[in-house]
Amino acid sequence: MLKILHQIFRTGVVTEPLPEAIEAELEVVGCHLEKTIRRRFHRSLVIREVDAGSCNGCELEIIAMNNPIYNCERYGIQFTASPRFADMLLVTGPVSVNMEIALKRTYDATPTPKLVVAVGDCGCNGGIFGESYASLGAVANVIPVDAHIPGCPPTPVQLLNGILQLIG
Amino acid sequence: MNLLRDIIMTHFGTNAVLCNGAYPADVPQILVPREQFEDVGWLMKEAGARLAAEWGVDETLFGRGFALLACFARDTEYLLVKCDIPLDDPTFPSLSKKHPTAFRFERQILSLLGLTPTGHVHSDLRPWIKHEDWPVDAWPLRKSFAAAERMPRVEGDYKWVKAEGEGVYEIPVGPVHAGIIEPGHFRFQAMGEDVLNLEQRLGYTHKGIEKRFEQLFWSDGARLAGRVSGDSTVAHALTYCRGVEALSGTVIAPRAAWLRAIMLERERIANHLGDVGAIANDAAFTFFFYQFMRLKESVLRGNQRLFGHRYLMDRVVPGGISADLPADGKVFIDGELATLLTEFERIVNIYDLNASLDDRLRSTGILTAEFARELGTVGYVARASGQPVDCRILAPFSPYDLIPPRMTVLNSGDVHARAWVRIEEVRDSIRLIRELLATLPDGEALTPLGAVPSDCSSFSVVEGWRGEIIYWLQSGPKGEVNRCAVRDPSSVNWLALEQAVHGNIVPDFPLCNKSFNQSYSGNDL
Repeated sequence: MLKILHQIFRTGVVTEPLPEAIEAELEVVGCHLEKTIRRRFHRSLVIREVDAGSCNGCELEIIAMNNPIYNCERYGIQFTASPRFADMLLVTGPVSVNMEIALKRTYDATPTPKLVVAVGDCGCNGGIFGESYASLGAVANVIPVDAHIPGCPPTPVQLLNGILQLIG
Repeated sequence: MNLLRDIIMTHFGTNAVLCNGAYPADVPQILVPREQFEDVGWLMKEAGARLAAEWGVDETLFGRGFALLACFARDTEYLLVKCDIPLDDPTFPSLSKKHPTAFRFERQILSLLGLTPTGHVHSDLRPWIKHEDWPVDAWPLRKSFAAAERMPRVEGDYKWVKAEGEGVYEIPVGPVHAGIIEPGHFRFQAMGEDVLNLEQRLGYTHKGIEKRFEQLFWSDGARLAGRVSGDSTVAHALTYCRGVEALSGTVIAPRAAWLRAIMLERERIANHLGDVGAIANDAAFTFFFYQFMRLKESVLRGNQRLFGHRYLMDRVVPGGISADLPADGKVFIDGELATLLTEFERIVNIYDLNASLDDRLRSTGILTAEFARELGTVGYVARASGQPVDCRILAPFSPYDLIPPRMTVLNSGDVHARAWVRIEEVRDSIRLIRELLATLPDGEALTPLGAVPSDCSSFSVVEGWRGEIIYWLQSGPKGEVNRCAVRDPSSVNWLALEQAVHGNIVPDFPLCNKSFNQSYSGNDL
């Protein structure tokens, strides 16, 4: 236990401030995001992430948003296990034929008003997989989409930025 | 020298023909009569070889019918056995009698290419990857299939395994899971908290990748291969590129080979760090999750700084690499690895001494050595259950032949063993990168790709962080892509997860699953 405490204190708060240029950008994005989330969602934006057929690259960056460096929870963003509690769906794609029904059901299970963000090049336009017998391409081909965050995969900063632009 | 080849040639005599135009030369491809294909199964079983992959191919563009290929592996040897299948009788003798891994391979061949396994009573012909609402005659891997068109949905039914009895109940999970993970469906039969049976149904992320390869140029396929499973982008792109290079007779520069290995090891370190943290997180120990994720992030930022992409996507291309190490790269990596190793050892020490974590991880989700062997598992899943398989060591390519990795094999087969193998591999990958950097050759890192001849095939295998990745490429009559068969390690390891959760409690499933951490996208293609 002492070792754990020692390591925690030795590590300190890694979330702020870091010397790289990207961190400056992160701080600007984060400040806006926090204010907007406070105003519109009373300090809490709850997101349900839906992988509708991605290669799992976008998931890596969405998980990284939760790491102590980006620490999206400090802005009031949290991820939920159930669409019933969600304000926003973060959907990665291309939407596969085999996920179409599950995605529509998840959308229907999310209470209105709700926001949908298509994440990654594939979620925005089908990416390298395009549209085929197995892939329906962009998320917008299946459910209404409010915003797009392109990138392969989009970085955690781009993700935070995209969410801000939608609710800002 | 290939003993597996000799076994087949001796048994079949003049009935077996060694195929021309199959690269590389040390992985022979033998054509045997279809009627005797089942013999191959028991011959290889007796020889102690595992069925590494089985797939079909439509060869109508050559004026032939279909063909079936099986890949066997034993120690350092790989062997491909092929049989031709006429168009008017699309059936083949099943290998499932001797090789349980064949069940899913053959269900997939039936689902996507419409070749029916026969002979040994094939008890399981349910669609795999293809879901029940596809038209039965939708066989995307056939050349006659209209791949660009939307399929109609039809009524269909999937027959799940049932369990009955007083107090037995069912828990369906997914395809949309609770966390930020990929989609798949798990169905548990449980009694109280004990899992009686787990049945997986995957295929939710099937995007038609194998068909998509056939529409791309050889040079563009690496981008797609890098997106078969995003977390293994280097390993998949590398396996694909090695296949294309073997097919086109391209010899890459030593510098490219060295830098590819550095990228492969960096990918291994990043994923191992994140997953060991995530395993602890699933045992409700968030301290380790945040500590390991912090270290993983530092590796990703290093990737961005060195090669311009956090996950190194599109950095491995046919003919070499697309991003060379910057001038101060060596100095940067030296400093980065020194810090990483110090921090890593400090956290691992706490991990190792933590009794409550130990209590959750040990003896949970045991995969016995017997199952690990019989199911042909690969990667850290196999090595944690006493199977010494690592194709960086058994089938090495440059520079791993000069700078060999050290293999860690544990025998307990539980969650702890799978995590600990990966901890040891982080240490070894750090050592490998240091040795690779110390011997890094100078010169160019990109060689022009040669022309691909028609009607040839190549086989390539690379040990990604998850395990052995196999690609089999075949060129068509005009030298175009006729077939690109992909076997992610997940295709065999998923089956082992079903066995490992037997007798565990339902709340431990996330922990077991995380310790396997197989790819859905790599399996579904």
